[in-house]
Amino acid sequence: MDNVSTLSAKISIEHLTYRYPFAKNRSLEDITLSIDAGQSIGIIGRNGAGKSTLCYTLSGLIPRFFHGKIEGSIKIDGEDVPTMSVEKLIRKVGLVLQNPFSQISGAKMTVYEEVAFGLENLGIEKDEMHERIDTVLKQFDLYKKKDKNPFELSGGQLQRLAIASVLALQPEILILDEPTSQLDPCGTTEVFEAISQLKTLGITVIIVEHKFEKLVEYVDKIALLNDGKLVKYDTPEKIFSMPQIEDYGVGQPIYTALCKRMGLKKPNGYYPVSFNETVTLLSGLKMYE
Amino acid sequence: MSDAVIKVDGLWFAYKDNEYVLQDINIQFDNRPTAIVGQNGAGKTTFVKVLKGLLKPSKGDVWISGTNTKETTVAQLSKIIGLVFQNPSDQMFKSKVIDEVMFGPQNIWKDKKDKNFVYEQSIKALRIVELDNKLEEHPYDLTLSERKLLCLASVIAMDPKIIILDEPTIAQDRFSTRKLAEIIKELIKDGKVVLTITHDMDFVAENFERTVIFYQGQVLDDGPTEKVLSNEENVATAHLELPNLVRLAKALDFKTTPLTIDDFVEEFSRCKKAGD
Ligand SMILES: Nc1ncnc2c1ncn2[C@@H]1O[C@H](COP(=O)(O)OP(=O)(O)OP(=O)(O)O)[C@@H](O)[C@H]1O
Ligand SMILES: Nc1ncnc2c1ncn2[C@@H]1O[C@H](COP(=O)(O)OP(=O)(O)OP(=O)(O)O)[C@@H](O)[C@H]1O
Ligand SMILES: [Mg+2]
Ligand SMILES: [Mg+2]
Repeated sequence: MDNVSTLSAKISIEHLTYRYPFAKNRSLEDITLSIDAGQSIGIIGRNGAGKSTLCYTLSGLIPRFFHGKIEGSIKIDGEDVPTMSVEKLIRKVGLVLQNPFSQISGAKMTVYEEVAFGLENLGIEKDEMHERIDTVLKQFDLYKKKDKNPFELSGGQLQRLAIASVLALQPEILILDEPTSQLDPCGTTEVFEAISQLKTLGITVIIVEHKFEKLVEYVDKIALLNDGKLVKYDTPEKIFSMPQIEDYGVGQPIYTALCKRMGLKKPNGYYPVSFNETVTLLSGLKMYE
Repeated sequence: MSDAVIKVDGLWFAYKDNEYVLQDINIQFDNRPTAIVGQNGAGKTTFVKVLKGLLKPSKGDVWISGTNTKETTVAQLSKIIGLVFQNPSDQMFKSKVIDEVMFGPQNIWKDKKDKNFVYEQSIKALRIVELDNKLEEHPYDLTLSERKLLCLASVIAMDPKIIILDEPTIAQDRFSTRKLAEIIKELIKDGKVVLTITHDMDFVAENFERTVIFYQGQVLDDGPTEKVLSNEENVATAHLELPNLVRLAKALDFKTTPLTIDDFVEEFSRCKKAGD
């Protein structure tokens, strides 16, 4: 695997293996990977590959909420995640769950209070709290819904609320599990824009996402999971240029599929993954004629 | 249009007094593969809940197969119209996958069909979504993607004329999304009227003949997908984006709107030959 020293890595996972209580099979098996501080990483894989489970181990939900046996190690800045204090963990890591309905506390009467809930738990001061809440509600187009009950929101609005309430916590490491599954296309772009903004602040972002055309424009590397195992951890172009990529049931960016179909590679020998790369490649071809 | 199975006339709807979430909707649906798209909060889910009779119009009328929904009951309607909810938990309440799927058909065919028939029908539906190996599992132990498919099976098992899918691709990987597209095609071939709400523009481009854009409780555009999804102004207004291939085609000055990779490759080689 990569030769990046695990010492300098913000997150380092070594030989991580995990099985849910009573489950027949392991959901994660011998995973080793490291993520440098400030990197953006995509996690991809077919349904049931173990993406959410990996998110749970990174955020400490495993083993605190989901029990079961963990083998190997998972460290943030050299400190073991499974034994780290909860106070420290919630400051360091924020997780946006795959299902926004699970994220909502259910205890709060308004959208505004729902965002405030997490901040109060962190002991953030009132003025700063209000400022943070206003910022995220505006950022995700929820400000006019601030006095509504979360259960009166549309599906996409609820997902926006789930993202907003985690972003407001300003964690050092942000993990998003399919955060855009119910968002309209502009909302999806806004989430990715927010991520690239966080990146400039040095925040480490880990995102599970099926919309590869967007994903490849924002992440440094992609971890491809299959059957609980790490198949490959590399740059998007290397991941999607793998000859066996179709075997993992994940598909590929439509631009890559198109170029493979047309037999077109970039000068570096890999297939294009993004819109811009494909435009460059195809308009070059048009001009030669 | 005489073969419209759903007819909506001057429909208004508010959850609370005077906050109209749907405003004067006039539209008809037939058996063309149809996608409904639009911004978060545009009113798509509300609209299909009205069609299904779960919400009553504040004003206006909805006819399902010629019957005004005001003159019938939700129970009667559920024989002709099935809705796969955006949030699967809204729809599930049994402790076994097979019981969950059998629940609907058992109710609508109470006296008319025997239990065996209902069981066969349910197994058939579970086979279509490839969950027939999980009959005894608890629905809440399924993953989100499986739960969405379970809800689809529950609707298919009731064999309604109209099937509405509210964001079926949520949580599905590429493979399952492709499978969903095939299921939709099969349902339409079997004579069903299928409406699909989705935010996935590539999925729409590839699979649906007609696209309807909702915007702030109204219909902003409605027509052949090729036309609706290449109108940049409407697409931007509605907080949507062009399908990826359409965006690429525009950047390369194509004169056509390719909806599939096949369309794209064909037009690209035509351009090259023609030297334009
Ligand atoms: N609470 C649980 N108890 C037992 N097994 C579980 C539990 N949650 C998940 N699993 C199993 O662990 C494996 C990995 O599941 P996980 O949810 O991590 O996959 P995923 O890649 O996130 O899938 P999806 O794309 O459907 O979200 C699957 O086989 C799943 O059935
Ligand atoms: N139960 C409710 N009570 C009050 N208002 C509601 C309720 N459900 C939805 N709304 C509001 O009605 C509007 C339309 O919501 P709807 O769920 O129909 O949107 P949608 O187009 O399906 O959005 P999405 O793409 O996010 O699923 C939204 O502004 C929403 O906040
Ligand atoms: Mg998952
Ligand atoms: Mg909706």
